[in-house]
Amino acid sequence: MNWADLNLMPALPELFMSGAILVILMLDAFISDAKRGMHYGLALLTLAVCAVLQVQTYPVVPVHTFSGMFVSDALSSLVKLAMYGSTAIVLVYSRQYIADRGLLRGEFFSLALFALLGMNFMVSASSFVSLYMGLELLSLSLYSLIALQRDSVKATESAMKYFVLGALASGLLLYGISMIYGATGTLDLALVAKAIKAHTANDMLLVFGLVFIVAGLCFKLGAVPFHMWVPDVYQGSATAVTLMVGGAPKLAAFVFVLRILVQGLEAMVADWQAMLALVAVLSMAIGNITAIAQTNIKRMLAYSTISHMGFLLLGLLAGTPDGYAAALFYALIYVLMSMVSFGILLGLSRAGFECETLDDLKGLNSRNSWYALLMLLTMFSMAGVPPLAGFYAKFAVIKAIADIHLYWLAVVSVMMSLIGAFYYLRVVKNIYFDEAQDTSAIVMRADMKLVLSLNAIALLVLGVVPERVIVLCMQAMKQSLAAI
Amino acid sequence: MFTNQLSLVIWAPIVAGLLVLATGGDQRATLARWVAVAGALIGFLLSLPLFTGFDNLNGGMQFEEVKPWIASFGIQYHLGVDGISMLFVILNSFTTLMVVLAGWEVIKKRQSQYMAAFLIMSGLINGAFAALDAILFYVFFEGMLIPMYLIIGVWGGPRRVYASFKFFLYTLLGSLLMLVALIYLYFQAGKTFDIQAFQAIAKIPLHVQILLFIAFFLSFAVKVPMWPVHTWLPDAHVEAPTGGSMVLAAITLKIGAYGFLRFALPILPDAARELSWIMVALSLVAVVYIGLVALVQTDMKKLVAYSSISHMGFVTLGMFMFTGSHLNQWAVEGALVQMVSHGFVSAGMFFCIGVMYDRVHSRNIADYGGVANKMPIFAAFMMLFAMANSGLPATSGFAGEFMVIMGAVQVNFWYAALAATTLIFGAAYTLWMYKRVIFGEVSNHHVEEMADVNKREFLVLVVLAIAVLGMGLYPQGFVEKMHLSVNDLIAHVAQTKL
Repeated sequence: MNWADLNLMPALPELFMSGAILVILMLDAFISDAKRGMHYGLALLTLAVCAVLQVQTYPVVPVHTFSGMFVSDALSSLVKLAMYGSTAIVLVYSRQYIADRGLLRGEFFSLALFALLGMNFMVSASSFVSLYMGLELLSLSLYSLIALQRDSVKATESAMKYFVLGALASGLLLYGISMIYGATGTLDLALVAKAIKAHTANDMLLVFGLVFIVAGLCFKLGAVPFHMWVPDVYQGSATAVTLMVGGAPKLAAFVFVLRILVQGLEAMVADWQAMLALVAVLSMAIGNITAIAQTNIKRMLAYSTISHMGFLLLGLLAGTPDGYAAALFYALIYVLMSMVSFGILLGLSRAGFECETLDDLKGLNSRNSWYALLMLLTMFSMAGVPPLAGFYAKFAVIKAIADIHLYWLAVVSVMMSLIGAFYYLRVVKNIYFDEAQDTSAIVMRADMKLVLSLNAIALLVLGVVPERVIVLCMQAMKQSLAAI
Repeated sequence: MFTNQLSLVIWAPIVAGLLVLATGGDQRATLARWVAVAGALIGFLLSLPLFTGFDNLNGGMQFEEVKPWIASFGIQYHLGVDGISMLFVILNSFTTLMVVLAGWEVIKKRQSQYMAAFLIMSGLINGAFAALDAILFYVFFEGMLIPMYLIIGVWGGPRRVYASFKFFLYTLLGSLLMLVALIYLYFQAGKTFDIQAFQAIAKIPLHVQILLFIAFFLSFAVKVPMWPVHTWLPDAHVEAPTGGSMVLAAITLKIGAYGFLRFALPILPDAARELSWIMVALSLVAVVYIGLVALVQTDMKKLVAYSSISHMGFVTLGMFMFTGSHLNQWAVEGALVQMVSHGFVSAGMFFCIGVMYDRVHSRNIADYGGVANKMPIFAAFMMLFAMANSGLPATSGFAGEFMVIMGAVQVNFWYAALAATTLIFGAAYTLWMYKRVIFGEVSNHHVEEMADVNKREFLVLVVLAIAVLGMGLYPQGFVEKMHLSVNDLIAHVAQTKL
């Protein structure tokens, strides 16, 4: 490695973030408990600066650095911006909640930022090694975040489950990567792609590697049949951490999958397309049907996530730039939707009370019609009813698979969203049709109220004028995948 | 009047609805009502230039607006009305005004949300009728489920939850399949969602046409509703508040029938012709069998709900009267007249039942008797609507049914004979109900305490009565508007796409 050629500019936001995390960590040792709120401000400030740096370094063409391990392109920059945004939203929503539960500590913020750093590396990796490093940084931070609530039996249990299963999945992934390495002799995604196209690699070995990789990826996405951890982790974690697990990491995992399958193994599209089709159908079916039976809303949303991941995979398996863009758009909208739904749960929880069953939402309309409306918008958006953003996400994906003539898959997917509509409607029913069981006043910090409102209204605004974001997704895909 | 008249007609009620919502809780209910009635009135007035400024000699689209919307998906903000859809935009704006008045002091809880839901829905319905882009249509078509779901679920009767879920999921089932069909057509039409481009597709193989027709059928037949997918309607109607029933019957059912005219027939003419015997059979089952079902109802609202299904059977019958590859002009125009007429008549019937329900809190026929003694003015108005519902000449109900039967005779005598039974059944169930409820001795102390209609109710009844009589005496005023558009449609359907 020639140090003189090392260009640090593309990784500027990451470098800044690393520094800021260390500062927050150090500071934690020196300030008193009463001033812990400072971390909150610092973390938000860090995210804001990172976002500015990201916009400043938004690349016109993909730029590689760190000996080709790290790439900064439109895709990674767009997704990183979304991740800063969603992490900031999570912090705002969590502020009161974690304070009430004694989690307002430096570790919470530094771990959250470490997780974000890991995600940044995942979306910017252009080699199997850096991909894996980013993934592990994310996963380890998330395990510890869940376990941070150490007095809670449920949280400890779900951290343990997540850790054991996550380690297994990482193992599968590494095993698959080693086979690809064995077949192609390289870990660089672009070189792997070239080697496969040139047919110099052993096909048998490649397909075996692919199977292990897809299994590992599906675990990280939480797609059936590797979804078992999702409901337990969602339910067991403190709601603030659930939001952390269910928000930005889904975006990162999506880009992770995209980098490996599309940038690295695109020549094997016929192989992974069939695998993903099966996984997608199963995820939509099992996710949606099982969600109907849930009474715990966090668990219900976990199954709903599984079904959303199935939808997302549909876009991916289309194997066309439009399909990838549709899947990216879906992922962005999904994160936006999950933010509001968990945000409402966080807002309705208070010291000594967890809002987590469907009954806890009953009569929300009579308690506070504004929050009820926000949740209404989110639920219909998740169900894919126009004119909300969730509709265009589903629409884009269905259009992409129709483009490759997989109409049967399109019909299956719309039937699954019909089933899904039932449990989203049930949430709306509880909010609007039923009488309140709990009539205590809802208190939210002003900043949370504002962000939550903007967050939900964004779903409606993006439902009326989605064009800008769609174009952004398409351009990002076009630029980042131009190489192949 | 304005260059973007249609946009105004769509967005004015929606903006008014948001304003009503912003008035807040029940403590400012009076303000909410007045804002709502102002919004509905403005919406109605804005829709009138569509009628007065309509060029009868132009069968194509008028008041067109085209703006780019989601260019990357080939979706445009494309609006326009022809002689068919224009009538429904006005009918809808009119009905919204009636509904807002009908819910005036009757709705006790969350008035602002109630009024807002109706206004927003009114805008969405106008959008569905005016949209010339398939996805724009779909957005409006599905979007209206949200307010309707809430209207039934929040302000409905005892089984409102069941009814609202059934309504939502039934309609969603159909429309989702239609979405896939629309996406298929998008690729066939050269990556555009323009409905006129869909209609202009030159070739679609018959088996594909039939599959697409089934998708459209499921979507629109559920909305119409046709037998046997009609079962959501009696539940939804009975549980919905008066205003909800009025809008459901007067407007949302029409969107289903309109969908057949705008999508299924012109885009898939060959499938429509091949499958027309099924459509005719289902329509006749609706007319005859559902007519008989209505006869045995003990609940007034359910009776009118079944009578709606039966009348809509007439509409779908009229739309699928093929001779060779030609649709019958009488039948199609009759179907359209019947649609508009049924809008007025069913709104009137449901409003009358609502008036009685507000006083006695029962919809059971058996709980009434001798209402005429206590409410003579009301009884006179209800007589008019009952007569119109049974198709008495000089009311609007007669014109449409007569035209459809005329058309059916030209196609097949037996179709006409079966369809004509409705004149007997319709008269039987409506007038029998009327007799039991209105005539006779005062049957119990509830009826004894009934007071005649107040000014607000009188206003609604008068306006609806004028509409019913006006349309019955001079249907030509409506027919001449739609005449050329229907001609175009028939010419279009006659061209095979095989």
